[in-house]
Amino acid sequence: MPSRPPHPDTPVILREAAGRLDAPTRRLFLRRAAGLGTLTLLAGCDVVDGTSAERALDAMSDFNDRVQAWLFGPGRLAREYQASEITRPFPFNAFYRRGGSPEVDPGGFTLEVAGRVQEAPPWTLDRLRALPRVSQITRHICIEGWSAIGHWEGARFSDFLDRIGADARARYVTFRCADNYVTSIDMATARHPQTQLTFWFDGATLPRDYGFPMKLRVPTKLGFKNPKHIVAIEVGDEFTGGYWETYGYNWFSGL
Amino acid sequence: MSTALIEIPARHRPAIHPLTVRVTHWINALAMTVMIMSGLAIHNAYPILPVAIPDALTLGGWLGGATRWHFAAMWLLAGNGLVYLAYGIVSGRFRRKLLPITPRAVLADLRDALSGRLGHADLSVYNAVQRLLYLGVILAGLLAVLSGLAIWKPVQLGGLTALMGDFDNARLVHFAAMAAIVTFLLVHVAMALLVPRSLKAMVVGR
Repeated sequence: MPSRPPHPDTPVILREAAGRLDAPTRRLFLRRAAGLGTLTLLAGCDVVDGTSAERALDAMSDFNDRVQAWLFGPGRLAREYQASEITRPFPFNAFYRRGGSPEVDPGGFTLEVAGRVQEAPPWTLDRLRALPRVSQITRHICIEGWSAIGHWEGARFSDFLDRIGADARARYVTFRCADNYVTSIDMATARHPQTQLTFWFDGATLPRDYGFPMKLRVPTKLGFKNPKHIVAIEVGDEFTGGYWETYGYNWFSGL
Repeated sequence: MSTALIEIPARHRPAIHPLTVRVTHWINALAMTVMIMSGLAIHNAYPILPVAIPDALTLGGWLGGATRWHFAAMWLLAGNGLVYLAYGIVSGRFRRKLLPITPRAVLADLRDALSGRLGHADLSVYNAVQRLLYLGVILAGLLAVLSGLAIWKPVQLGGLTALMGDFDNARLVHFAAMAAIVTFLLVHVAMALLVPRSLKAMVVGR
């Protein structure tokens, strides 16, 4: 009887199994699998009416996406803190253990840009780092419940979107990462003044464990909506979801 | 003259608990159970307590599943809670049933309760200890919802989060409010089982 919560590696195992399925089937498979712990609790030992409970929870999560988009204030700022309040050491968090972060060679690196954007020059790291620089000391809040104050520097993401001629009417911006992590955010959040394409952390080049060569810092969303090791950015209208979102984390996850 | 002549038959007497109170009570019982159990599962992802809450008391199976339950049931809890509060205030029920509460009366009734001398002959009148507990749990519920909003939306509702002493502190307040509600529930359920008529009254009204 699977009454224990899934093993910490369950997402990895399930993801590998799901890799062989086509996209819609995979989404369903992962949702159902992620809900198994729930089902056994509701139905004792039998997985009886689980799928309808999962469907109801899916519907509520979609409803919560809409409520949060409505609640989101494009000009409402996350609180900024003093340098003396910075959390050191800053916690490491990923879907793998410390040491598993990808190694990205900065030399030949160019950021891939795709979707509803105009022609763009090759975005090498030097060119990206030459964008007007902004800085923030904000609180990173993890869905697990912990939080930490960090210092991030980089380009205002809306600046970058303007440089690549991104269609501001597109609905989503998707981020693909060197560790195969994926997440996507709404255009309103992408254009928020504090949403930052980050190249420096705590006064130094963004370290490997914290997202080298670049991460997206979104102080108006939970930590898992702040992708690290970004290698491709895509602007479009098609909903692309994300890694944790596939297992059931709420997509919008706004703060 | 016998008093039996003027006694109104039970079915014609006003209900001890009107329908609105009974319906909102049981919806709240369901929503609160889901919120507490899924909340304990979320707590376990980064515990405040030195030990994790046993899995048997949690709902959702893992963090993602638990957040799905928590963010779904919160609408039921808050919507139902608003109906209950509006009814209690507008109908005057809160004022009639829960007030006044004096420290002297609470102490006297507590003494009687602990020595087994506190009667429950008339379920429609709350003693001072009941009044204090019921008012207290309403306030704890309000605090749980407000601190929950402060954790859920620390940017959009930044003022509320600041009022709670910022994010980490709001999370402690949220946990404390939950603990207060659970403590109330232990007493509340024990008392309902000791006086089964009170349980029946919350189901059929009298």
